Amino acid sequence: MTKTVTDVVCPFCGTLCDDLEVVVSDDGKKLLEVYNACAIGAEKFLHSQAKDRITRPRMRQEDGSWKEISYDEAADYTARMLADAKKPLMYGWSSTNCEAQSVGSEIGEAVGAVMDNTATVCHGTSLIAVQDIGIPSCTLGEVKNRADRILFWGCNPAHAHPRHMSRYSIFPRGFFTGKGHTGRKVIVVDPRVTDTARVADVHLQIEQGHDYELLDALRVAFKGEQLPDVVAGIPKAKIYEVAETLKSGRFAIIFFGMGVTQSIGKNHNIDAAIAVTRDLNEYTKAAIMPMRGHYNVTGSGQVWGWQFGFPFAVDLSRGFARYNPGETTSNDLLRRDEVDAVFVLGSDPGAHFPFSSVRKIYDLPSVAVEPHETPTTEICKVHVPVAFVGVEVGGCAYRMDNVPIETRKVVDAPEGMMTDEEFLKSVLMRVREIKGV
Amino acid sequence: MAEFLIKNGFVFDPILGIKGDVADIAIKDGKIVETSAVTKPKIIDASGKTVMAGGVDIHAHVAGPKVNIGRNFRPEDKLFNCTPGHGIERMQGGFSVPTTIRTGYNYARMGYTTVMEAAMPPLYARHTHEEMRDTPILDQGAYPVFGNNWFVLEYLKNHEIENTAAYIAWLLRATKGYAVKVVNPGGTEAWAWGLNCDNVHDPVPYFDITPAQIIKGLIEANEYLGLPHSMHMHANNLGNPGNYTTTLDSFKLSEGIKPNSKFGRDQVMHHTHVQFHSYGGDSWANVESKAKEIMGYVNSHDNITIDMGQVTLDETTTMTADGPFEHHLTELNHLKWANADVELETGSGVVPYVYSPNIKVCAIQWCIGLELALLAKDPMRVFMTTDHPNAGPFIRYPRIMKWLMSQEAREQQIDAFKHKDKVVDATNLAGIDRELDLYEIAQMTRAGPAKSLGLAHMYGGLAPGLEADVAVFDFNPNESYVPDDIENAFSNARHLFKAGVQIISDHEIVSNGNKRTLWVNARVNENPQVMRDVKEKFLRYYTVTLNNYEVSGHYLPNPYVIEVDATQ
Repeated sequence: MTKTVTDVVCPFCGTLCDDLEVVVSDDGKKLLEVYNACAIGAEKFLHSQAKDRITRPRMRQEDGSWKEISYDEAADYTARMLADAKKPLMYGWSSTNCEAQSVGSEIGEAVGAVMDNTATVCHGTSLIAVQDIGIPSCTLGEVKNRADRILFWGCNPAHAHPRHMSRYSIFPRGFFTGKGHTGRKVIVVDPRVTDTARVADVHLQIEQGHDYELLDALRVAFKGEQLPDVVAGIPKAKIYEVAETLKSGRFAIIFFGMGVTQSIGKNHNIDAAIAVTRDLNEYTKAAIMPMRGHYNVTGSGQVWGWQFGFPFAVDLSRGFARYNPGETTSNDLLRRDEVDAVFVLGSDPGAHFPFSSVRKIYDLPSVAVEPHETPTTEICKVHVPVAFVGVEVGGCAYRMDNVPIETRKVVDAPEGMMTDEEFLKSVLMRVREIKGV
Repeated sequence: MAEFLIKNGFVFDPILGIKGDVADIAIKDGKIVETSAVTKPKIIDASGKTVMAGGVDIHAHVAGPKVNIGRNFRPEDKLFNCTPGHGIERMQGGFSVPTTIRTGYNYARMGYTTVMEAAMPPLYARHTHEEMRDTPILDQGAYPVFGNNWFVLEYLKNHEIENTAAYIAWLLRATKGYAVKVVNPGGTEAWAWGLNCDNVHDPVPYFDITPAQIIKGLIEANEYLGLPHSMHMHANNLGNPGNYTTTLDSFKLSEGIKPNSKFGRDQVMHHTHVQFHSYGGDSWANVESKAKEIMGYVNSHDNITIDMGQVTLDETTTMTADGPFEHHLTELNHLKWANADVELETGSGVVPYVYSPNIKVCAIQWCIGLELALLAKDPMRVFMTTDHPNAGPFIRYPRIMKWLMSQEAREQQIDAFKHKDKVVDATNLAGIDRELDLYEIAQMTRAGPAKSLGLAHMYGGLAPGLEADVAVFDFNPNESYVPDDIENAFSNARHLFKAGVQIISDHEIVSNGNKRTLWVNARVNENPQVMRDVKEKFLRYYTVTLNNYEVSGHYLPNPYVIEVDATQ
């Protein structure tokens, strides 16, 4: 007999779907099938069952080969590395639960680390913009129940957040949106003809890197002022039309992604996008939301928010929390040789950081805590495989709209494997022994 | 557990009726006991010092999603005030929205031991509990918001009190909440369409119910259940000139309703931060104090308690579930604005604000708050708050004590206002010579709020059997002092005990205590209709499933459950 676990929370993207059903073997050791998930989410669950999965920590030898070590040895190596370093970087924290993030904070305080999460190469610019101008936002249920104007800017949920459109934004029938997608106008701003753009009523195929201009042009158009004939490759008539569409809605929502946070202009683009949203609130109701990537990058910003007061790039090395993006952000620190050890948990900088940063990680004492084999585990000195959060252990995660959901354990981790939280606790204990506190 | 004997202090305690007489307070097994009941106590010499029960804050925004928005979107609030960890203290930072760790320590330093989080959006209950869990020392509870909840709007449209009560009981259990909070009833739901409800008769769009029906219905449902605290109210029309009439209209909705609670409270409505609701005039040019009218009503109706919402003249961060108000505020001051509407339940906004003594309106607000307290006939029903951080950060409580206890201190402040003459004309404060004493302060900060919360059996006094929450301050009421001595002494407790554990010893924090989270488990008769409605709404309109909604387990590592039986 098999068992079906319902209301399972998907630990992949910031959409944090919580309606998955997972079939497991009677003894709870094998995960057999996944229902309701998107292809990526299903793969994340099924991948945990891989036969060739690494289940014990391992240390890189001089000849480049791996040697299996115990969790105790791994914790000891990690603790010594962090305690000996003058200014270690503790990066990642986005694919793990808030409980592990919290233990990480305590380690960071004890060793004077710089704590940074994946927002640093993702929505960190959005967080900076929010510090400039604020953010009128809402939960995804408000979008589902009320929104009739949906604008995707520089994001492609059809591929990156596959169930976003059906659960929240385009298709669902909510309380005041009984007609589903036929009652909604969908606008996509993207230089590419993405699969999301294909389902839009209007696709503004903007010239790459000209987001700020187009956002500003919308603000001009809201006020009925004069525009040049073409802005960012879009004819002015189209801009006036889109402005009118947004203003005439009952509830407008702007979702934005990396296409606008990490292209030229960065946080200034988001300033402008939020200003557009503020302006719209003079005419109707409007909200804006970053399409957060990792399933709990949002939670990492929340945990550090209440513990230190800053959502990313938190430098604890002076004994108190400092925040100065550009100085205390991971890539800037790595490329300026300002950190002397690197600890990575719940992220893959080896795949996503610039090569100049990756090379620095390779040259430094480094530990990667990570269930998979990744480019990061390939360049680190010690790889600590752990249980999958949301599959083999529960814990709190924050959806892209900051709604916290408790993820579920559906199967046991392979015999003898530690969770993020357990491993971090043993590191914290060792750090305290070494530091004598 | 250790025994303590706090000897020879000047004790101020409304529960024992001690008004500054020298007395000894004994602690054993976490409780206050008769002095004869301790055998080998550790002696705390309190001679020449003031001894009071631990402070109880009935209304502060210290944990949860909007508080954290305030932290994360205001790095400037941490500028030059982050401190390293030392001893048992962890790193701390923040002024108007401090980190959770600083929140716990700063309350403790002022001798406060119980703090209620004033507005918990139910969908974000987990977040609120995570922050409370990370706030050391304090006993805390959180009030889920009900005034714009779709279930409540639908039930109360037809005056279905029993169903409303069953839903309240269910939600308190699901969110581990403490009381029924109402914020701008109907107005925040209207704000989901960019609208508002300006008075108690302004109907809620679509739902076809008025704020008056919501307020009255929730009071009745609260009394149907017999919850420890009364309905906790933030009325419509906050912060607008001329709004005192809306406030009086809201007060009047409590008339004729008797409290039904085994927890010793006498009120059926607690109205919070009344300063923001006591304005006359019809524009910012002629705004004036209506504290006399408001207190005239409060003084003559004993089924109401209120708190001040005292403006402290600081730069601060406003945050409220009153979404339309925050939008209004950002249009006034043009500072950054965060908004967070919550599906089916509520909304909220956050905007920084500078209460400058050079701005006439801010000075008038400052006067109104103090007038409310100084015109109070019964200090057991009028409590000291700043609606932290809305009118100012909670660390200013000792400064408010100074203003309340010293006419000289008030005059100094009035003289410092840029528009002194206009401010004096628009308010009553300059003509009030009352100076509160420490006994009345203890009523307003300890015994009163504890009673209003239905927690008089635990907090707010020094009678044997109560929790051993005791603060000792370096203040000798029998010696001459200048007003600033009050502020200094009560900002920095000499000793503090929480549930019998010594938290502060000679001004040093020596323990993180055993923090508890209070919540109310109200048992009601099975109500199939409400459970069907709950299932239906989760299936069709929520974006989380019903089974992923309830908060439990490690979010409340040390829960304290108050059981209420409403099955009869």
